[in-house]
Parts: sequence; structure tokens; C-alpha cells
Amino acid sequence: MKLDKLTIKQANQGLKKKEFSSVELTEAVLDRIKKRNKEINAYLTISEELALNQAKRVDRKIKNKEEINILEGIPLAVKDAILVDGIRCTAASKILENYIAPYDATVIKKLKKAGAVFVGKTNLDEFAMGASGENSAFRLTRNPHDLERVPGGSSSGSAAAIADNQAIYALGSDTGGSIRQPSSMCGIVGLKTTYGRVSRYGLIAHASSLDQIGPMTKTVEDARIVFDAIKGKDIKDSTTMDSQNEESKIKIKDLKIGIPKEYFVKGIDPDVEKIVKKAINKYEKMGAKVMEVSLPHAEYALACYYIIMPAEVSTNLARYDGIRYGLSEKGENLLEGYLKTKQKGFGDEVTRRIMMGTYVLSAGYYDAYYLRAQKVRTLIKQDFNDVFKKVDVLMGPVSPTPAFKIGEKMDDPISMYLNDIYTISANLAGIPAISIPAGKIENLPVGLQIMGNQFDDEKILQVAKFYENKNL
Amino acid sequence: MITKKKVENIAKLARLGLSEKEKEKFSKELSAILEFINKLNEINVNKIEPTAQVTGLENVSRKDSSIKKTKEETDKLLSLSPDTKDRHVKVKAIL
Repeated sequence: MKLDKLTIKQANQGLKKKEFSSVELTEAVLDRIKKRNKEINAYLTISEELALNQAKRVDRKIKNKEEINILEGIPLAVKDAILVDGIRCTAASKILENYIAPYDATVIKKLKKAGAVFVGKTNLDEFAMGASGENSAFRLTRNPHDLERVPGGSSSGSAAAIADNQAIYALGSDTGGSIRQPSSMCGIVGLKTTYGRVSRYGLIAHASSLDQIGPMTKTVEDARIVFDAIKGKDIKDSTTMDSQNEESKIKIKDLKIGIPKEYFVKGIDPDVEKIVKKAINKYEKMGAKVMEVSLPHAEYALACYYIIMPAEVSTNLARYDGIRYGLSEKGENLLEGYLKTKQKGFGDEVTRRIMMGTYVLSAGYYDAYYLRAQKVRTLIKQDFNDVFKKVDVLMGPVSPTPAFKIGEKMDDPISMYLNDIYTISANLAGIPAISIPAGKIENLPVGLQIMGNQFDDEKILQVAKFYENKNL
Repeated sequence: MITKKKVENIAKLARLGLSEKEKEKFSKELSAILEFINKLNEINVNKIEPTAQVTGLENVSRKDSSIKKTKEETDKLLSLSPDTKDRHVKVKAIL
């Protein structure tokens, strides 16, 4: 049995039946990482000692015939923007190159309580800003399906690690598509939850009104298991809340699927369109009702996002001043220290976003850009409110193309931004969305995106499971 | 259009140090992004309320009391600081 290939569910059953130990499972994953990381670069830090200690503890419990939790003793990878106490956390930025996390993020605290095993921290675009993984200040992560191509981003390392069996599951974060787009390009399952259902405490801030942590897994079933373990109201994140409807019992025969016509216009790769439509067709064959719907302001989502997100970035990243933590370049005076620290510490995309955000928030431009974008955000949210009166879920592509070649879009920020055209709206509206594997163009995976109404996370997981069950 | 002069002004507001070459580069790139986001001018937003957050939660508060940290916790935070003196973070003179 290849232990690194197991899902959470399978690994849990194996541990319970004593077919293997948690240490054996963890070692299998660590061996795979050691063998593959030089080529794939999914990991920035490997926490072998922590992982083996955690695994040994679980094995003692099993030996003592104690009950084990579903996630107990199972190795996971964590995006290097989420703090794990005592482990280096860089956000793939030079400005945090030597930063040792002084506490656990709430999701990490919950997973530790559930008995999880932490094998390492995964690569990402610097401060989670990017759609290819290429903005990492340290290394380039490669797509395990084709080493000449990007894995997508910004949760590049987490997606590549799962696709390459270098962890049983992973955590990512999604501000404009950063869980779903790499999941689609690497052929795994990635869930962005309703804003507020998972605590952001201990996630290095990108754009706070959009950021959400979520699971990246091999199956939909696993995504549900991880979501259940990390969700819930947290006193340390005042934007969190519990949901009123934590179960979904919708039957496929009653399921109404909306296809936003704005998601199938020019710009989408015809092969991606074919795969996505075929997947939707399978739902129809299973008995669901499919209808075309409209999100009239969809075409404005990207422009709206590229005002609101940088505005939040420019305020969030002002904290990296070289005084309390992180890179600190000395200057003649305080100001010169700031200038040098930020110049040396931040990469190009981060600098671009800070500048754009500073611009749209500055006196004389605030109303024309930031306030206008906030109003457009209202219209985008309203579109979803209207459409979910008619249908249960929306289905469409995750990204307009499969994984692209390394270097292809690095000199053109706007063509890189266009990658997120179908994923950004869910963040602006705060609704849940999942990417599940739907097919391949030659060897390159393509995902299907399923979006739900606010708080319908369990419903989209159930709807995704219909597809998974059918295609097992 | 974001001119080089405007780039310098933005960088000053954001406390970013930039080389001459970077100023040219960002002037070009930011102008292209600005042109792209100007798409929003097509929409009539009269009488539309702005959305700053999507949760609908309002005035989430907690008791106004300090949370005591252990010495272990404060030591960890201090050890991350580039420069300290007598358990204080050291900063260059402001005035």
C-alpha cells in the first residue's frame, strides 16, 4: 500500500484497523517530500521533528486502545501564510524570511486539538499575491502534472503538494481565487468558504474583507471533514459566526443549477468550456435541472477587486516597518529605515499593490475609485442575491485556461489578473465556492466551480459529492 | 495616467523606497492598471450604498479589559524585534 496516496478517510480507517501506524504514514509522506521537493518546491519549511512527535503521541493513544478522531495522526501541509507556533512563517517574502511564529492561528489550534500532524509549510506567491506561484521571493513551485508549467496560485505549494502526494491534505487561503484556481490547475479539491465561517486569526493579512482559509484535499469528502474541523465562531476574529443550517439534505432531483451566461463569453479556452459543460451535463443526466441565468455586473468584478483589494493591502502591509519584527534595514533616520526596509523586503507585485491601494485611497481619488468600487461591490452582491432566489447553486469554470507555462505572464500584470476573472466575485460577495476536478486537456487538469448562496457551504459540498460519487 | 511624479508622491505616502528605474517601470504598469479599473466608470452608481463588509454583523465588541500575557509570550514577541533595550522595542529618535 502506498501510504502517501491515501485520503483522510482511508488513512483514518487504516489507523483504526492498525494496518499501519501514524509514524509510518507520516514517514511515507516525509519520504515523498524529500524525494520530490527539489523538483516541485512545494515546501518552504519541513517540520519533521514536530510531525514525528505528534505522530508518536497518536500511536501511543492507538496502542492504549483510545478512540481516535477522524484527523488524528494524519499529516497535513499548511500554506506559509498561516502561523504555527515556533515554526518559521515567511509569507514567501524576504521581509519575513526569519520570522518565527509566536502563536498558533485559530485553525491550527483547532487542528492540533484534533490530533493533526504538521509536516511543513508550503510555498506561495509573496503575501498570497499572485495567480501562478511565481511571485514567491524564494523558489518556483512547479506543477506536478507538467514541470514546465505553473501550479496556479497563490496557494501554489499546497496545491502541488496534494497533487503530488506530499501530504494527505492541506490548508490554503483564498482572497480572489487563491485556493480554487491552483486546485483546478493541479486537479484537486479546493473550498473557499463563506466569509466569516472560518477564523482568520493567525493568517497573515492580505485583504481582510476578502481573505478566507480553506481546505485543499484529494476528495470532496475530505474537504468536508477538514471544513468541519476548522469552522466556527472565534472570539479572536470578530467577523466570524456560526451558521444556522449546518446540514444539507437536498436531493439531486430537486437541485436547480444556474449557469451564468457571462462566464461563457470570449476569453475562455474552448477545451475548458467543453469540459465544464460536460460536467454540468452529467448533473443534468443525474436528474438536476439546469438553467441559464445572468449576473449582469460580472464583467465589473475584476476591476472592482483591483481597487478594493489593493486598498486593503496598502493598509495591512503598512505594519512591515522593520521595527517590531521582520527585516530591518538601518537608515540615518526613522524614515530612511522605512524606505530601505520596504524596498529590500517587498517584491514587485506587493509593491504594485501597495502603490495602487495608496493611490485609490488618497485625497482626491477616494470617491472616484474606492467609494465607487464599494458601490459596485453592492451591485455584484445583489446579483447573487437575486440569482439564488431562482437556483440552488451556480456552476461554471474556475479559470479561463489550464495551467500556463512558467514565465508566460510575468511581464504583464493584467494578463495575470485575468486568471481570477471567474473566482473573484465569490470573494466580493462573501459566498462559498468549490473547485472539483472535472477533466483534463491532455495531461492538464481542469476544475468545475460550484458556487452557493451565503452560508450554503454544506450544500455546495453535498452537490460536489454527487459528482464525485458518480465518477469514482 | 500615473506619471513618474505621481509615482514618487504615492511612494512617499506609502514609505516605499524606489530606484529611478523602478519609478519608470511602475509608472508604466500602474497606468495600465488604472486604465483597466477605469472600466467602473461605465456604471451608474447613483443611490447605491457602498459595501465595506458582507457578513451583516454590526458592532461586535468585547469587555474593555486587558488580556494578560505570560512572560513566555512577551519574551517570544520581544525576541522577534530587531532592536530592544530593557524589554522595550528600540526606535530611532522621531524628533
